[in-house]
Amino acid sequence: MINLETPRKFEFLVSQAHQVATEIFRTNSRKYDRDEHSYPKELDMLAAMIDGMNAGGALSGAGAGSVGEGNGTRTAREGHGKQPARDRDVNRNASNMASLLGLTELSWGDVGLLLTMPRQGLGQAAIAAVANEEQLKRFGGKWAAMAITEPEAGSDSAAIRTTATLDGDEYVLNGEKIFVTAGDRAELIVVWATLDHEQGRAAIKSFVVERDNPGLILERLEHKLGIRASDTADLRLDDCRIPKDNLLGSPEIERGRGFAGVMQTFDNTRPLVAGMAIGVARACLERTRELLSEAGVEIDYDLPPHAQVAAASEFIAMESDWEASRLLTMQAAWMADNKKPNSLQASMAKAKAGRTATDIALRCVALCGSIGYGEGELLEKWARDVKILDLFEGTQQIQLLIVARQLLGKTSAELK
Amino acid sequence: MAAQNFTERGMAVGLRALNRLAGNGLIDRFGLRDPAQRMLHGASKATVRTATRAGRTFAATHRLSQPARQPHSGAVDLFDLTPDEEQQMLRESVHEFALARLRPAAQAADEACAAPGDLVRQANELGLTMVGVPEELGGAVAERSAVTTVLMAEALAQGDMGIAVACLAPAGVSTALSLWGDADQQATYLPAFVGDNVPAAALALVEPRPLFNPFALQTRARRAGEGFVLAGVKSLVPRAGDAELFIVAAELEDSDPAGARRSHPALFIVESGAAGLSIEPEPAMGIRAAATGRLILEDVKLPAGALLGDGSRDVFAECVQLGRLGWCAVAVGASQSVLDHVIPYVNGRTAFGEPISSRQAVAFMVANIAIELDGMRLATYRAASRVDHGASFAREVSLARRLCAERGMAIGSDGVQLLGGHGYIKEHPVERWYRDLRAAGVMEGALVV
Repeated sequence: MINLETPRKFEFLVSQAHQVATEIFRTNSRKYDRDEHSYPKELDMLAAMIDGMNAGGALSGAGAGSVGEGNGTRTAREGHGKQPARDRDVNRNASNMASLLGLTELSWGDVGLLLTMPRQGLGQAAIAAVANEEQLKRFGGKWAAMAITEPEAGSDSAAIRTTATLDGDEYVLNGEKIFVTAGDRAELIVVWATLDHEQGRAAIKSFVVERDNPGLILERLEHKLGIRASDTADLRLDDCRIPKDNLLGSPEIERGRGFAGVMQTFDNTRPLVAGMAIGVARACLERTRELLSEAGVEIDYDLPPHAQVAAASEFIAMESDWEASRLLTMQAAWMADNKKPNSLQASMAKAKAGRTATDIALRCVALCGSIGYGEGELLEKWARDVKILDLFEGTQQIQLLIVARQLLGKTSAELK
Repeated sequence: MAAQNFTERGMAVGLRALNRLAGNGLIDRFGLRDPAQRMLHGASKATVRTATRAGRTFAATHRLSQPARQPHSGAVDLFDLTPDEEQQMLRESVHEFALARLRPAAQAADEACAAPGDLVRQANELGLTMVGVPEELGGAVAERSAVTTVLMAEALAQGDMGIAVACLAPAGVSTALSLWGDADQQATYLPAFVGDNVPAAALALVEPRPLFNPFALQTRARRAGEGFVLAGVKSLVPRAGDAELFIVAAELEDSDPAGARRSHPALFIVESGAAGLSIEPEPAMGIRAAATGRLILEDVKLPAGALLGDGSRDVFAECVQLGRLGWCAVAVGASQSVLDHVIPYVNGRTAFGEPISSRQAVAFMVANIAIELDGMRLATYRAASRVDHGASFAREVSLARRLCAERGMAIGSDGVQLLGGHGYIKEHPVERWYRDLRAAGVMEGALVV
């Protein structure tokens, strides 16, 4: 039966996340925005607490690591026919939705701090999506960062130049990775590298590198527009040797299957990034509504746009796009929980949420005037933070390409 | 029991039974329409004022001791986008009907400013006017189901938004009577809407002026003895010329206990035969098949029993909200038609040696239509499901309304843009959708779900 409300069973998780967001994230927001590159030590205590809560089941799913299970793409690969009929009829709201709701709430607090939460990095989603049992045991629960982008390969991840060469029982990695979130702080780095340049996308695999590997060298930490609490590293792999069992998924280069393994990660993580955008945008809307209310502007949902003051009308317009973003994202997570392939919906959600959140944050700054623009409020910070969410895990334009190719039935060669 | 009488007299077509029929050949039963039988009276209508239709006599044959209401459906906890089995079947049969019958008739109906009568009758057979009516009054669905109506309206509008509005307008009235009618009003008017000969009927809310606000009406209702006298003009009323029954929104004048004059908007049941009523055709930019007209009320005297929902302001607000939801549903359907039309077009149209869809400027427009459409649809479904569960829905309707009004309009415009000059001429339906979709931000009332 059609129902688009947030399930009550996640209320406790959301309220826990909300407390963390309020008590720890918000109170430290401005501090780590100013002190870029200083480690938010408050998070260590928090991470330990979250580990405890995870063990107790309370905050299970608040991190990115749990999104792999029940993912649609994995089922698609294994074949739908194996699903017993009764199982398909059961509606599930599971780990994908739980992760989405938890991360959205934490992002309402501070998305920069969220991104640098120990052991909650998106790398765990990559591991969860493609790792085998043994790897899950070895790497699960650790702080894992993702290293995909290179100076010459951003959205075009197929152009990756970092190489992995098998040498006995080890792979030897060479190349440069940029924009690695928590690349200096994490325990593991999931590195995308090619086994054979000649063989294109099919040869790109993900490898787990321990942060303390001597072949993994920190070149520098970036200075950024926003999410300054979250360090962004430039890493060099210099004859970096890792056990060959650290290759995630299958080592075979299967032509035609192409990118499937590594790209699966994105079907998991895009709704989560969309969720972050929704969380930041909600923070902007809530604070703006308070400030508007103090200024004497009340929102009346029944009145036509032209029958109320422009600020109220603009607020409802922003809120309606926010609602569309949120529901698109819930849809993508729900599909993943129900083993429906959701690559199209994941990209639709990411595209809509990324641009909407940026738009909302910037408009809220304008509505609140110098108060919105000044550092006395967090609105200006949220407006800087939010922009990353329309960039990483695939820019707006990449999402539109993915959506358009699927709708129009085009390959990446036909629609560049 | 009155309820049993309705059923025993065969006035109710069980929607569940209809469902089973739908699976095996309901569409085939619709046969091909004889073009000679088209009632294209709209095109030749002079722009002079005419009397409203004489209409049937509505009279209660059975008294009800109390009004019947559909209960809210039980609370569902899990997020779920899968319609139930009954909804899926209804949506599918309406969708098939819409594409097979409405779409081919759309252009002529648009030109004629009238929906073909046989199509409207056939649409009635799908049970549109029965979904909102309680089972004990011969209705079709046990529980309140705005979602079901939304799904059917969306599917119908994929055939043609104008004809869909013509078909759905009586359902707006039957749902309003079911939700807010007292025992007498229900007994008097609802039997006609669950029978074989469903009357044309419309809820008249809009008034002809810039910056129209449904909460500040100029149509006045003053008390006169036991009853009321209504005066004013309602605009863009679907099937105004055919309607046998109207629900008219007017500002009810009153005085507070201290004697000061005040007023608030309220709803009145007005039969088309009432003295002082007249209509003028009011064709518009789009939804022309809905045969929109102005309803002019010149000191129309109404009995005490004409006031709907005890004249409650909350009832009126709910009526406005549920009407907007109906307009959202048809906008979603029409927008889906745009998407379904432009995809093969941009793939097939070549320029500079390749399909135009190979260009990002074109492909991204298509992607954005799909993204915004899905957002409109989900927001609409959410509001409707909150209606069914008995939750508050003012905010959710408002958000869906804004999306459907603005994004729906943009989708109509992009549909024409993607076809270039071809989109501007009537060989393709996109120019009609462009005109129809603008209605979602203008229209109020009429499509109460």
